[in-house]
Amino acid sequence: MPHSLLTEIYIFVLAVFVGFQLISKVPSVLHTPLMSATNAIHGIILVGAIALAATVKGPLDVGISVAAVFLATLNVVGGYVVTDRILGMFKKKSAERPTE
Amino acid sequence: MDMLLQVGYLITAILFIMGVMRLRSPATAKSGNLIAASGMVVAFVVTLVQYHSFSWLWIGLALILGAIVGSYAALKVRMTAMPQMVALFNGMGGGAAALVSIGELHSQWSVGVSSAAASIAALLTVLIGSISFTGSLLAFAKLQEWVRGRPITFGGQKLLNGLLLAVALVLGIMMIVSGGPHALPWLGVYIVLAALLGLLLVLPIGGADMPVVISLLNAFTGLAAAATGFLMSNNVLIIAGALVGASGTILTQQMSRAMNRPIHNIVFGAFGQVAAGAG
Repeated sequence: MPHSLLTEIYIFVLAVFVGFQLISKVPSVLHTPLMSATNAIHGIILVGAIALAATVKGPLDVGISVAAVFLATLNVVGGYVVTDRILGMFKKKSAERPTE
Repeated sequence: MDMLLQVGYLITAILFIMGVMRLRSPATAKSGNLIAASGMVVAFVVTLVQYHSFSWLWIGLALILGAIVGSYAALKVRMTAMPQMVALFNGMGGGAAALVSIGELHSQWSVGVSSAAASIAALLTVLIGSISFTGSLLAFAKLQEWVRGRPITFGGQKLLNGLLLAVALVLGIMMIVSGGPHALPWLGVYIVLAALLGLLLVLPIGGADMPVVISLLNAFTGLAAAATGFLMSNNVLIIAGALVGASGTILTQQMSRAMNRPIHNIVFGAFGQVAAGAG
């Protein structure tokens, strides 16, 4: 097993533990925003799509990378804006409550 | 790899974790989303600096178009339609991950160099990413009521799913053993099988259970991104993907617990319900 692969497995395992710990106890009202926010975070695949675009040569591969960049951008931008809107609604609700 | 890129990715990883930490409390959630987004910007900028040798016209077009369509759709949609928007954008991420792996695999196989580890990572991404893509699109269509929201079941569905998965796995192992230009048609079959599996997974699930399934597919896309990280030796993809995969799994569990149902009951429960309804 190459040394770099082993390092990558280390990083993966540790990040999995962080992910488990982060969401261990959250109130259920935050489930949807958390889902939406982590949805935006896996839009990080955009970075992979750009790296692919820089290395490929043939027209088919370039087409694939352009499509990947497009889809990943949708994921990042849409995911972030949707989360922001969900959280905005959230804030309004809790601000209104004391006046009721 | 370049220093700037690695430092940038480290900052991104820290900002992602801090962002999710702040998302755990209603008071800090909005700033948490902002912190996570700024992490994305850092990763994006250092990646553009490092890999600038692509076609700026086409990639620029894809970026601008993606940003316009994404923000327009997200701003325009009614508040009640948020879950399906999450599903839609999640599907886009899964599709992007699958495409990146298909492109990488195709260019590796064309010149004949690919290690077994790279093939495994790529084929896993294609499988999980494609399932997430079609599954999320169907979840979107169901919540949008383009497709009947009620569970759609037919006899032998579980058997068919198992069979498709088994065929895909055998095909995947074949391609790992002997990858190359000759294996490309098989890659096409493999993609179709994975896409079908995504549809079949979501078909039997009713509208009320959909958020839990979207959360599950969200975790899938995270894992697909992490597998792409192994394929491309990209640490930020591994970290962010693992983070989403793990937190998404826990979140899915908690969401189904909040509904007082175990997760397997939600994913596979429709079969029992239909039988009970008929009986």
